[in-house]
Amino acid sequence: MSELLRFATAGSVDDGKSTLIGRLLYDSKAIFEDQLEAVERSSEAMGADYTNLALLTDGLRAEREQGITIDVAYRYFATPRRKFIIADTPGHMQYTRNMVTGASTADVALVLVDARKGLVEQSRRHAFLASLLRIPHLVLCVNKMDLVDWSQERFEEIKDEFRQFATKLDIADLTFIPVSALHGDNVVTRSDNSPWYGGASLLHHLEEVHIASDRNLIDVRYPVQYVIRPHSDEWHDYRGYAGTVAGGVLKPGDQVMVLPSGFTSTIAAIETTDGPVAEAFAPMSVTVRLSDDIDVSRGDMICRPNNQPTVGQDIDAMVCWMNETTSLTSGQKLAIKHTTRSARALVKDIQYRLDVNTLHRDESVEGLALNEIGRVRLRTTLPLFYDEYRRNRTTGSFILIDEATNNTVGAGMILGPAT
Amino acid sequence: MSHTYELTHLDALEAESIHIFREVAAEFERPVLLFSGGKDSIVMLHLAQKAFWPAKIPFPVMHVDTGHNFDEVIEYRDRWVADLGLKLVVASVQESIDRGRVAEQSGPRASRNRLQTTTLLDAIEENRFDAAFGGARRDEEKARAKERVFSFRDDFGQWDPKNQRPELWSLYNGRINPGEHIRVFPLSNWTELDIWQYIARENVELPSIYYAHQREVFRRDGMLLAVTRHLAADEGAEVFTATVRYRTVGDATITGAVESAAATAEEVVAEVAATRLTERGATRADDRVTDAAMEDRKKEGYF
Repeated sequence: MSELLRFATAGSVDDGKSTLIGRLLYDSKAIFEDQLEAVERSSEAMGADYTNLALLTDGLRAEREQGITIDVAYRYFATPRRKFIIADTPGHMQYTRNMVTGASTADVALVLVDARKGLVEQSRRHAFLASLLRIPHLVLCVNKMDLVDWSQERFEEIKDEFRQFATKLDIADLTFIPVSALHGDNVVTRSDNSPWYGGASLLHHLEEVHIASDRNLIDVRYPVQYVIRPHSDEWHDYRGYAGTVAGGVLKPGDQVMVLPSGFTSTIAAIETTDGPVAEAFAPMSVTVRLSDDIDVSRGDMICRPNNQPTVGQDIDAMVCWMNETTSLTSGQKLAIKHTTRSARALVKDIQYRLDVNTLHRDESVEGLALNEIGRVRLRTTLPLFYDEYRRNRTTGSFILIDEATNNTVGAGMILGPAT
Repeated sequence: MSHTYELTHLDALEAESIHIFREVAAEFERPVLLFSGGKDSIVMLHLAQKAFWPAKIPFPVMHVDTGHNFDEVIEYRDRWVADLGLKLVVASVQESIDRGRVAEQSGPRASRNRLQTTTLLDAIEENRFDAAFGGARRDEEKARAKERVFSFRDDFGQWDPKNQRPELWSLYNGRINPGEHIRVFPLSNWTELDIWQYIARENVELPSIYYAHQREVFRRDGMLLAVTRHLAADEGAEVFTATVRYRTVGDATITGAVESAAATAEEVVAEVAATRLTERGATRADDRVTDAAMEDRKKEGYF
């Protein structure tokens, strides 16, 4: 069985991130000959004396012309054990916005440091954003180990420094790997250059890291997405609630409650085109039928009577602001999308802005500008059915939309009810 | 169902695509599914069926018809549309030419590829479609690797790659003003290999030209092009019979075949897993113009 693993990388041009990704893709045969030839041609045309693997991902004309990465690029490769989706985020332009985007769905964060330079401001920022977005696994790749003569001492030094910094963060699983992306040491196979290193190669780690238990299998959360009513002779009275499981395990016969009505019923069946299933868990897309004929529509939440999400209109959240032209300020009104529910939100207060480099809280700010993150209090026009983001990344997240431009301008991670 | 609560990668991809289909059906007034008869649009149709079962797919399908079709593909299209009880909209490039909206290219390498954009955008406008599902995948091409699942198009149908809406978690922003639309790509995260593995697993029926068959072909720029009523062999080119199959199916005048003996989906999976050329690089003349050929066409409103 081959599982799907999503990982996010972040970094700048010179820390070897593109080389590392290129190496993973090339050694797992995910780069094709015509792609490599095209990159070789372009590298030559741009006057580079090496094959610039960044050109594999920098596909937009503006990116190639300016030699910079503008946007998150998605790359794919597979081994017999897993299929991998890489969200490759650029290191400079729109850094926070892109990293937050790429990190939102990632199971693993890959942070690169240059063994010669050790931790820099950017490495700390990567790690902080990975923890803010609650990526469950973080891998710190200490790259360019060949340039420090594969010094175990240097590796341990960087490891200790990072561990110390990580105590301020909330990272569930931390792994350190000494690599040389350029020469391929410890990338796909273990290297003879690091006999003192007892861990796995990067690829082996990505294949083995246990991600199934990262999902919430306890709290049943089923946001109703779409009501299926065939109106056909064969399925005359059929009424099914289609959706994607956001948490817990649903089984036929389970007693459930529907929010906001509070009506209870039991699950009559969980159906798919391929037949009924005995249980459903995240992120399965299924159709649930209930035993009772009660009013349920899109935006409602199915849960267990003794385990309900918080229901409320006053919410505290960490918000990342993503818009160039406006700032997030108190009194502002925005559209909000949370699970399958859409409402409007009023910004009651900006409590503080968080410096992503120092983790310092600045309480004197009036608003959040592009790429800034802060703690924000919102009041919504409709109650939302939510959990803390740290407990459930699906029922704990939302986006903010500018009602004038229709642009997505903010990403929110719920802390809890306003206190 | 296992008690480790793990999904296979195909199950996870299927669930994501179904989620996207339902989200669009719930939030848009007039969606349409763009159907070319290619394997990706066939897989899209298969997934759409799963998303709404036991109800019918709640939107029509539209074929942008260059007039240069493989007969097997048109037969397949008509049969499936009838079986599923769907409405078919055919947007014809020939009609766009007849109405003077676009001019036919001339010369031996003339193609209607780029003309499709006008036909497509006119049809979206005339039918007031507000969302159009496309079968594009991010692994196909560099510009597509950067495109959102919900990709905003302005009132000229244009894509602005530098000004895309951030897309986080599984929260898709489908808000638009009248005249604008969203292109939706439910297969964004699938690769060519995933598609074939899924076709094999689900026994998805494909037009026969996807499997090995004998055909009269000639070589052009290293590609094998079929001699059909739409395309004569280049002058001086040797015409020969080869055992081939198609990796992509589009306009018959620009889609190349590959030599292959793979006669079943399983055999194609094995072949795709071992191949060293991308499907577009191997078979599409339209992508060979420049590094940014796809980006330029997409900005104008192409698929």
